[in-house]
Amino acid sequence: MLSIMNLHAGINGKDILRGIDLEVRAGEVHAIMGPNGSGKSTLAQLLAGRDGYQVTAGSVRYLEQDLLTMPAEERARAGIFLAFQYPVEIPGVSNALFLKTALNSIRKQQGLSELDAMDFLQLLRDKMKLLRMDELLLPRAVNEGFSGGEKKRNEVLQMAVLEPKLAILDETDSGLDIDALKIVADGVNGMRDPQRAIVLVTHYQRLLEFIVPDVVHVLSQGRIVRSGKADLARELEQRGYGWVEEQHPARKAA
Amino acid sequence: MSTATRQLDELIGREYRHGFVTTLETDTVPRGLNEEVIRMISARKHEPHFMLEWRLKAFRHWFTMREPQWANIHHPPIDYQNISYYSAPRSGKDGPRSLSDLDPELLRTYEKLGIPLKEQEVLAGVAVDAVFDSVSVATTFKEKLAELGIIFCPFSEAVQKHPELVQQYLGSVVPYTDNFFATLNSAVFSDGSFCYIPPGVRCPMELSTYFRINERNTGQFERTLIIADKGAYVSYLEGCTAPMRDENQLHAAVVELVALEDAQIKYATVQNWYPGDKEGKGGIYNFVTKRGECRGANSHISWTRVETGSAITWKYPSVVLLGDNSVGEFYSVALTNHHQQADTGTKMTHVGRNTRSTVLSKGISAGYGQNTYRGLIKVLPGAENARNYTQCDSLLLGEQCGAHTMPYIEVRNPTAQVEHEASTSRIGEDQLFYCTQRGIAPEEAVSMIVSGFCKAVFQNLPMEFAVEAQKLLGVSLEGSTG
Repeated sequence: MLSIMNLHAGINGKDILRGIDLEVRAGEVHAIMGPNGSGKSTLAQLLAGRDGYQVTAGSVRYLEQDLLTMPAEERARAGIFLAFQYPVEIPGVSNALFLKTALNSIRKQQGLSELDAMDFLQLLRDKMKLLRMDELLLPRAVNEGFSGGEKKRNEVLQMAVLEPKLAILDETDSGLDIDALKIVADGVNGMRDPQRAIVLVTHYQRLLEFIVPDVVHVLSQGRIVRSGKADLARELEQRGYGWVEEQHPARKAA
Repeated sequence: MSTATRQLDELIGREYRHGFVTTLETDTVPRGLNEEVIRMISARKHEPHFMLEWRLKAFRHWFTMREPQWANIHHPPIDYQNISYYSAPRSGKDGPRSLSDLDPELLRTYEKLGIPLKEQEVLAGVAVDAVFDSVSVATTFKEKLAELGIIFCPFSEAVQKHPELVQQYLGSVVPYTDNFFATLNSAVFSDGSFCYIPPGVRCPMELSTYFRINERNTGQFERTLIIADKGAYVSYLEGCTAPMRDENQLHAAVVELVALEDAQIKYATVQNWYPGDKEGKGGIYNFVTKRGECRGANSHISWTRVETGSAITWKYPSVVLLGDNSVGEFYSVALTNHHQQADTGTKMTHVGRNTRSTVLSKGISAGYGQNTYRGLIKVLPGAENARNYTQCDSLLLGEQCGAHTMPYIEVRNPTAQVEHEASTSRIGEDQLFYCTQRGIAPEEAVSMIVSGFCKAVFQNLPMEFAVEAQKLLGVSLEGSTG
């Protein structure tokens, strides 16, 4: 589904990604772990189509298309979803309207009819129940005055409604207490599907207790320095990121 | 004459170049302004003597005045002697023959706004058959209003049929000496609307549909007078949401509102005159004086407006709160895109006791647009317990535009409470990316964010109008992203 080859990218002349290779197939859950500044969020945002990054080498293929030439909205309509690390507030725009506009933009692209307000509301209510979200959040402005946990749950709600093919979750676990974390994890697990790929970007292993990945990658200095099964995450937790970095001193120097 | 002035004159004088047929030429007075011209205008309109006298007083006064320079706007000098101040209502021969003669860009905009075909023709000034559906509708309205004693007619008709009302109220809110542009208007105004609601009558309909049908081509110097007698209520909608084709570059309108005891007037405007092209060429200069007087106790006047058009907007809809417990409100959205300039705001003058006013202003600047909020809150010594709340928010799109806030507060009564809040924000890349990452097109995203920003103002518009205004914002912001 997603194929990243030797991706080099940076911002304002500063190299951040220095040769990423990653293959994600439909039905898989990948976790990308790494210390602060390793390039995790850059990778997530770049894949989602944020402006401002310069790709200096390499390629990204998504469903047989050259992803890097597509603007963000086209990527979204082609099924890429990013759950933001810091969800953005949009004053005066209701959560429900925002999500309805998004869903209908995507449906239109897929040649489906737009959902009317009633059908949409029904869909939304069902999904909110799963995430145990208060319906009072619907008429409120997008993320405005939401608690940290509400914002993160709202991201997962959007993902559940938009039903992406490739979901990238950028530090969705940060700032969540254990109860909220379980709810979010249930939401994500509920979306595991043979047709869908999920990429979890996280600093901590905690989230991976609840969402068990098929593959774990460790990102350091803009490169994937190690890949393995779910137990790699546990090993990392015990030994710290210093452990992998020590194992790749040559790369660090490069 | 500078090149810029010549360009302006060409725009103003465009109708000459297009060539009138002989019969029409005789109906147009020569360029320039002098007493002869004023007398001619008054005579053509068969006005009673008091009107001529009033016009002449205004004209003589205007000659002693200078164009105001304090506004934060820039334009080439206007040659007032090079404008024709009266031309008879246009005949079909003057305008385009059919929609296919029009700028396709304009048609595209109409389409986006969902304006029905018939109405498109009216707006664009296409010669339409004398009898079309809405004329009969208008007549029905008129009959229904007449039953209630409501007078609603073109200003020139009111001068003929209700001269006593006109004489009593004309210039009583905006005197002919008021300001350069209002004085000019007083001398040469062509037509406009007149509305009188008798005591205790609640006008049963929004006076909008009627306006749309009847008040086109009223010319560049419009004059509107609305009187709500004791206990009366009226909601008035001016303008329409589609850009109107107009060949006059200088507009100087005057609107006067009078609310007597316990009366309420709601006045909503959507102004979408031609803003000029993307390079800032052409476009209407809109210098408007709008003022309401809450004359009686417990009276209430509110201005709600959405301004997206004109190259230059100079407009301060105001309320003078004379009656005790009277209320003045101002809800405004002003948008400037490309090279548009707006210097606009309100004046709330508290004279009576326990008077209250609310000001909510939302300014949006995009492109090279310059948007200035200028507001005056004035509390006179007798205005015990006067209260004002003002909120001015500015939203910037892009790097080249500007937002300026100039609030003036004068308080001469220690019991007054005046609050002012202001904010300036920018549509961030973060917000845009958040929307586009969800599949929403950038232009739709900007439009949604701007609508959200304006929500508190749109809530004061009648439902249908609010929907149209929202669409209009979207259209006006086109080309402001990327």
